[in-house]
Amino acid sequence: MRERIDCDVAIVGGGIVGGSAALFLRQAGLSVTLLERDWCGAKASGVNFGGVRRQGRPLEQLPLSQRAHAIWGRLPELLGTDVEYIRSGHLKLARSDADLDSLVAYRERTGGFGLGLEIIAGEEFRQRWPALGDRAVGGSLCPEDGHANPRLVSPAFARAAAALGADVREQTPVDRVEKDGDRFVLLAGDALEVRARFLLNTAGAWSLRVAEAFGETVPLESLHPNMAVTEPLPRFLDVNIGVEGGGVYGRQVPRGNMVVGGGRGFALDADRARPQRHAVMTLMQDAAELFPQLRHAHVIRCWTGVEGYTPDRNPVIGPSRTTPGLFHAFGFSGAGFQIGPGVGQTLAELVTTGTTAMPLEPFRIDRFPPIA
Amino acid sequence: MTAPLPPVIVGAGPAGIRAAERLVAAGLRPVVIDEAARWGGQIYRQPPDGGFTRPKKALYGFEVGKADAVHRAMAAIRDRVDYRPRTLAWNCEAGAIDLLCEGVSATLPFSHLILATGATDRVLPFPGWTLPGVFTLGGSQVALKFQGCAVGRRVAFLGTGPLLYLVAYQYLKAGVELAGVFDTTPFVVQARATAGMLRDPATLAKGLLFVAMLRAHGVPVRNGIRPVRAAGTERVEALVWHDAGGREHRTPCDAVAFGLGLRSETQLADLAGCRFRFDAADRAWLPERDAAGRSSVAGVYLAGDGSGIAGADAAELAGERVALALLEDLGEVVDAARMRELDRRLSGIAAFRRTLDAAFPFPDDWADSIADDTMICRCEGVTAGVLRDVARNGQARELNRAKALTRTGMGRCQGRMCGATTAELLSRALGTGPDGVGRLRAQPPIKPLPIATVIPSPRGEEGSAGREVA
Ligand SMILES: Cc1cc2nc3c(=O)[nH]c(=O)nc-3n(C[C@H](O)[C@H](O)[C@H](O)COP(=O)(O)OP(=O)(O)OC[C@H]3O[C@@H](n4cnc5c(N)ncnc54)[C@H](O)[C@@H]3O)c2cc1C
Ligand SMILES: Cc1cc2nc3c(=O)[nH]c(=O)nc-3n(C[C@H](O)[C@H](O)[C@H](O)COP(=O)(O)OP(=O)(O)OC[C@H]3O[C@@H](n4cnc5c(N)ncnc54)[C@H](O)[C@@H]3O)c2cc1C
Repeated sequence: MRERIDCDVAIVGGGIVGGSAALFLRQAGLSVTLLERDWCGAKASGVNFGGVRRQGRPLEQLPLSQRAHAIWGRLPELLGTDVEYIRSGHLKLARSDADLDSLVAYRERTGGFGLGLEIIAGEEFRQRWPALGDRAVGGSLCPEDGHANPRLVSPAFARAAAALGADVREQTPVDRVEKDGDRFVLLAGDALEVRARFLLNTAGAWSLRVAEAFGETVPLESLHPNMAVTEPLPRFLDVNIGVEGGGVYGRQVPRGNMVVGGGRGFALDADRARPQRHAVMTLMQDAAELFPQLRHAHVIRCWTGVEGYTPDRNPVIGPSRTTPGLFHAFGFSGAGFQIGPGVGQTLAELVTTGTTAMPLEPFRIDRFPPIA
Repeated sequence: MTAPLPPVIVGAGPAGIRAAERLVAAGLRPVVIDEAARWGGQIYRQPPDGGFTRPKKALYGFEVGKADAVHRAMAAIRDRVDYRPRTLAWNCEAGAIDLLCEGVSATLPFSHLILATGATDRVLPFPGWTLPGVFTLGGSQVALKFQGCAVGRRVAFLGTGPLLYLVAYQYLKAGVELAGVFDTTPFVVQARATAGMLRDPATLAKGLLFVAMLRAHGVPVRNGIRPVRAAGTERVEALVWHDAGGREHRTPCDAVAFGLGLRSETQLADLAGCRFRFDAADRAWLPERDAAGRSSVAGVYLAGDGSGIAGADAAELAGERVALALLEDLGEVVDAARMRELDRRLSGIAAFRRTLDAAFPFPDDWADSIADDTMICRCEGVTAGVLRDVARNGQARELNRAKALTRTGMGRCQGRMCGATTAELLSRALGTGPDGVGRLRAQPPIKPLPIATVIPSPRGEEGSAGREVA
């Protein structure tokens, strides 16, 4: 017997985007069914580096990012649980004067967004962050950026949505989607059929399957950022660290472990990935160069995740161009954790009001030339 | 015969040594990787070189002949293998393993890989198990064999399984005072299973002898007990236990050696991509293998306790058997009669193993017996209560989720020690069998890897991949 659910909104994918959309839709009083193949927050959203940072994002993402920032600010109240979210500050390091110049230029360009960036260099820099030694000539601090524990945050969104009455189905892979008149029909094997007026495609790196069912596609590839974590160390770092121009990044969690990232893992299959040996080694070396405190530490675990990347490294967010009632949000290209709740809220707004003040033009699904 | 690359064997215990011996006999020069400083594996572990005077007979007891034979086998082929002691295999990706030796990491490509990684104690906590003076059975045996010292002056032995009596007996022989042997298995269960053990009279005789010797020396041997706690303030002062009738007893001691069997070391097989299945006898997920030891991945072979607990004799046979399978896969003509003989003996041991399991059943109410404040994961300080909470409130229905939410298995051991416990506890709290909660996925490195590890690989290979910003 196939179970049948009728609801206002069906969501494919229980990552931070789908989970937060479900929460905001429930707050708006719509009936929601969230279908998650694995466990909510088990994929990119739950295994990422945990950087909650606006600094360094392309300008077109900043309105959404600011919207998300406001949500992060009331997270405990929204989720009803502590998720180790800390506004520690995000410090982006400049290893050369040229890098410092580009941080200054970024501050100028983003002046209107209220990120509160502070450029700190020279003696003052060394005094404030002696732990960073003379690794950098200076940096740009975004005081209200920070980090959180993704393992806790992302499942909590889906849980909070469920607590508000969303029907959250884990271990439920959607293997067919179609539109039947004004209703979307989703099938999960023989077990479940969901019918809904609206469909949110928040299936992360696997979102093309849904988009393509409605005749849309984008050049999306799966990539796998490498992560590593050390044993707990004495506290030496309070800010979340990035480096201008990319490379290694790191943060120390309250427990003392240092989490670092850089380089890429490799795919085991479409669903799983593994850290890549040379990238891990390079990461360890880069990390020890940047944080001398790590020189005598041990790495206890490396991991990666599966995330969708677009050629312009901007996500696809907004209405489908072929199918009314369908909204996409995927392709966050390694930076969807911070912005995720802002995207979820925007999707909820699109569903409930049909419009949003967020500038979504840069994220149109049809911005890429058709794939032959 | 041409092997594209020399076969690689991880583990120089009985399984790895017998595999190497067979490959050498076929004219190959295998690479043998082992973390330990000297060959022999767990059971035939050799004391450090130099200055160590306890004779082999004292170290290995009844097994001295076998220990010596295994040691000699390796010594005899020493010049014909590329033996790399003190070398940890910390990662495996398709076609190559990563090694760490004296702070230097190196990548070793392989076409054929034999994993003979053995086992370690299965650690199942009980209240007070983190007190100084509480050791695993294996740990106390290693102390005796490797360091030549006992874990205490008056030692209580707790748990179940043949190792319990064996190690107790070894301690007795070493002149240590025993506070008692406390077996969780009821006597009637053991007595009933004894009939089946007649399959292997030698082992049965040994087992009976151990018990007889212990009793003859006035060591109390108690059956059907349940541990209550290891009591003490600074360190263990007594073992508190319930007898079969539920009465509480307190036995003074200054050390407790406990064990409820072994767990296979399967991380490398996992990283190598081997398919796993749940094994009811071992209460664990094990890499699948055929009777000869072929895994689900072409070119990757499994032998010995690392692919299922079967003991040292089986490990030797399985090592030889898997080498023959490997040779066969290389197109070599192998001795079919010998293969049949090995298969026959291995299945005999497997049958006997079932009898042993019946004689020393896992106390599957163990998870109920521990209090909420008992530490389960000592690296991360996760208690039984915390795990039960995430199970009962529906947040974690499998192990990896429990790990994500509670940090169990996130410390230095990465679940190698606390994984079995967590599985027992979670499955009990959820009311599933132990197979119902999945298994912790292995991630490199297999053991903590010093960051200072020298990095020989060319830098910048990843090109733009390294430029991600998070
Ligand atoms: C290792 C790593 C580090 C990162 N670091 C950061 C960082 O520091 N800061 C930052 O902002 N971002 C970071 N990111 C990016 C961020 O994690 C992602 O952009 C974000 O989590 C994407 O969320 P999502 O909800 O779109 O996708 P996901 O979390 O992948 O969720 C999609 C869900 O859809 C489910 N699904 C897919 N197909 C189906 C189907 N057919 N039926 C049912 N369910 C389905 C999947 O199982 C999955 O749970 C990182 C990513 C990775 C992988
Ligand atoms: C502590 C202990 C005590 C035991 N005592 C007895 C006993 O008294 N009697 C009995 O019958 N059985 C005993 N057993 C069981 C017995 O050890 C095994 O049955 C037997 O040793 C199995 O042989 P093996 O070759 O499969 O593995 P092992 O003998 O365990 O050898 C495996 C080898 O692989 C190495 N290794 C593992 N992983 C890696 C890696 N990633 N990199 C490099 N090297 C690696 C280890 O260092 C080890 O030397 C004991 C087991 C343990 C753990």
